[in-house]
Amino acid sequence: MNSMKKRDVENRLLAFEDLIMRISEALSKGVVELHDVEIEADELEIILQPVIAKAVAPIAERIERRIVELVKVAFEEVKLEFPGRVVEVKMGATKAEGGTRDKSIVLGGENLPPYFYITGLELAPHPPAFGGDIFDMRIPLPKAVKDVFGDALDNPIEWARVWVNKFGAEAIDVHLISTDPTIRDTPASESAKLIEDLLQQVKVPIVVGGSGNPRKDAEVFKKAVDVAEGERIVLNSLNLDMDLKDLCPYLSKKDAVVINFAPMDLDKAREINRKVYDWIPKDRIMLDLNIAGIGYGIEYGFTVNERARLAALIGDVELQHPFNVGAANAWSAREAWVSMDPYWGPREVRGPLWETLTCVICLLTGADYFMLLHPVSMGVLKEIRDYLFTEPNPSIDRALEWVSAKL
Amino acid sequence: MPWRAPSPVDLYGLLPKTNCGKCGEANCMAFAVKLVNLEASVEQCPPILEDPKYRQSYQRLKELVSPLVKEVVLRGPRGVVKIGGEYVLHRHELKYINPTAIAIDVDDSMNRDEIINKVKAIESFSYEYIGRKLSLDLVAVRSVTGDAEAFAKAVKVVIENSSLPLILCSLNPKVVEAGLRALSLDYRPLVYAATKDNWREMGELARKFEVALAVSSPGDLDMLVSLAKTLSNSVGVSDLALDPGCFIGRGGLAYTIKAFTHLRYKAIEQGFKYAAYPLVATPISVWTSVKGDAKAKAWWESIMAIALVTRYADIVILHSIEGWVLLPLVLWRFNLYTDPRIPVAVEPGLRVIGQPNEMSPIFITGNYALTYSIVSSDIERARIDSFLLVIDTEGIAIEAAVPGRKLTAEKVAEAIKAYGIDGRVRHRILIIPGRAARLSGEIEDATGWRVMVGPMDSRDIPGFMQKHWVPEKLEELMSRG
Repeated sequence: MNSMKKRDVENRLLAFEDLIMRISEALSKGVVELHDVEIEADELEIILQPVIAKAVAPIAERIERRIVELVKVAFEEVKLEFPGRVVEVKMGATKAEGGTRDKSIVLGGENLPPYFYITGLELAPHPPAFGGDIFDMRIPLPKAVKDVFGDALDNPIEWARVWVNKFGAEAIDVHLISTDPTIRDTPASESAKLIEDLLQQVKVPIVVGGSGNPRKDAEVFKKAVDVAEGERIVLNSLNLDMDLKDLCPYLSKKDAVVINFAPMDLDKAREINRKVYDWIPKDRIMLDLNIAGIGYGIEYGFTVNERARLAALIGDVELQHPFNVGAANAWSAREAWVSMDPYWGPREVRGPLWETLTCVICLLTGADYFMLLHPVSMGVLKEIRDYLFTEPNPSIDRALEWVSAKL
Repeated sequence: MPWRAPSPVDLYGLLPKTNCGKCGEANCMAFAVKLVNLEASVEQCPPILEDPKYRQSYQRLKELVSPLVKEVVLRGPRGVVKIGGEYVLHRHELKYINPTAIAIDVDDSMNRDEIINKVKAIESFSYEYIGRKLSLDLVAVRSVTGDAEAFAKAVKVVIENSSLPLILCSLNPKVVEAGLRALSLDYRPLVYAATKDNWREMGELARKFEVALAVSSPGDLDMLVSLAKTLSNSVGVSDLALDPGCFIGRGGLAYTIKAFTHLRYKAIEQGFKYAAYPLVATPISVWTSVKGDAKAKAWWESIMAIALVTRYADIVILHSIEGWVLLPLVLWRFNLYTDPRIPVAVEPGLRVIGQPNEMSPIFITGNYALTYSIVSSDIERARIDSFLLVIDTEGIAIEAAVPGRKLTAEKVAEAIKAYGIDGRVRHRILIIPGRAARLSGEIEDATGWRVMVGPMDSRDIPGFMQKHWVPEKLEELMSRG
């Protein structure tokens, strides 16, 4: 009630202001007519002054404002230069390169912060790439993923084929979970056979993941590089718990790429890179700082990625490596896979969206390679990449249509 | 220029140095430290506000701690929403301050019931997350009819049914004015928007009604900052917010990310005044720019919102009220705006759930706040009398804490000793998270206790307990080697 009254008073004041303004406009012309009595402007001013001088002043100011012209100021383009550059790493090898892949993928090479679009400079020499995850045994997977791949889940080769042929995976990430001594303890030689088969059956670069057991993974990786000579497979991943002094010299004789894993810790990332540099050239090393899903600690990975990339650009040579993102972690968020109240939508929608959005956030930190679980994420992320890697050039005609459109 | 935190000593020099304690701190130095950490505002020092002799010091202090992006306050009858007020480009350089405000639209072509239903849905949106309620912030009222009266009517329906602050969306000043007149004085909305065509009238309205004004110049940054300069300097509108346009597709998404990034970069790193306002993002624009069904549009709306919350948007306007679009958005916003200097952690230690006895189970978990809140609530809901041993994993979730060595056998052994677990139970069995299965051998070696590997997800604990926490299994485990 009170505020209504206030509004009313204000409206009356505004009307008064308009009246005064008309008078003062007349004043500026020199004469004004009031009740048929012509008064010289000077006289009127004398009459009015004590009463409304206070009111007239801001109004005069307003009249002045009414003819305000646009003050033009240029938005000067941001210019940036950095001394550091991320190394270029090549995954896979074509016939010409000594392998049998249809295409190899080059990652890295950035020398600007991600998606800063500095006019005259290249956004990044290589766009990010997207691989599809497969596992060498049945593991608990979100329903949204099971629904898509169906029976192929029992056959890693078939799973990989579906990824490549149907969903356009640019690489295959095979996770050799069953090699874990506490799971099936599949011998490294047997896993190597799977790698050989994969190399035969799909012609994209292959990323070979272990089980996370440091001793067994080393064994598995050695056998994998043996059967993949010349193919430039990627090993996922090396970490500080492994016997690097034993593994790295072996790998150095082969041409595999390694992903160094240092979860959320830049000091550890530098440490493992320094150790691995002794045997493996920089351009065969990628970095994985780990990422969690939205709502599950993603901000740690986001910030550590941002810091690492900036440090690399400023000149920290030990961090100048392309980033790997294990997007499957997005699914560790319950919201990505549990059934919830219908308001929150079906999990078949929430899951792929969760993975996609987690990757969008990582893209913006400059991540280079993404290991994906769901084909919908693959499709949408490729489209986003396409949009991001075009010249900024909006079509502005209908930009504000939303304001008054019936949606 | 980039923000550099002033030293507490510099700030102390400007404070009264009387150690009066009226700010709630023991002394002026402690208050200075709080100011530097942005944990207190200068206004919390009563003497400096009241005593004219401190006027200069007050001004200087304000300058030293003021943000590089203007903070704009929007108001509804029951609360305020602050946008902008940022200091840094990257979160790790300090922290982000005011979480991106989320606005959902209604329009004046909707009938009364439709408006009420949507407004109620916006108002009641709530998601419980580590003990907090995540919610939406504003209602954006759009003029679709172009009719001033219809707009005023819609605004009235909204304010009768909600107390959230508003955005009034129309490019027609007459329509906006009708909307403004429909509001009581306890509202301070954001008017959307002044453009190159209507800025004089919109600027005048914003000044007259003392409201905040969004400036929209899709695809033209020169015009955007020119409008900002003219409106602030010549028209006298102090609270602006800038919208460089929200485009998707080839050329569009790249432009949008570029524009938001450059605007914020110039505000923070170069002190460019006319970019130093909150940024408005309009993912709602996908509803007119993207082809396809509603689901496809909502997907892109969600992607744009996430991308622009990441890239410096201070307020986002959306059309979707669907939970699946908004859930990742409110969670990511919460995550992004946490203070990176403080892990999202709870105190490590021993929690007693229900009324455990000497044969009750002991669960192990980490002290990441989310992990803890989920695990403890799952156990409580299942009414399992037990002990929950919270290990200091430095606020890191189990799946990252295991490979990152934040959860180790040694830490578990230390915690058992520190909290006197030996005396609490007769058995010697620990239930560890499924995601820490890899550590089971090491934990047995380091503690001398037997390890039972629990489920991958704590919601499966009740079923797990029924199956495994039974006398035969316990005996079997205890008699093993």
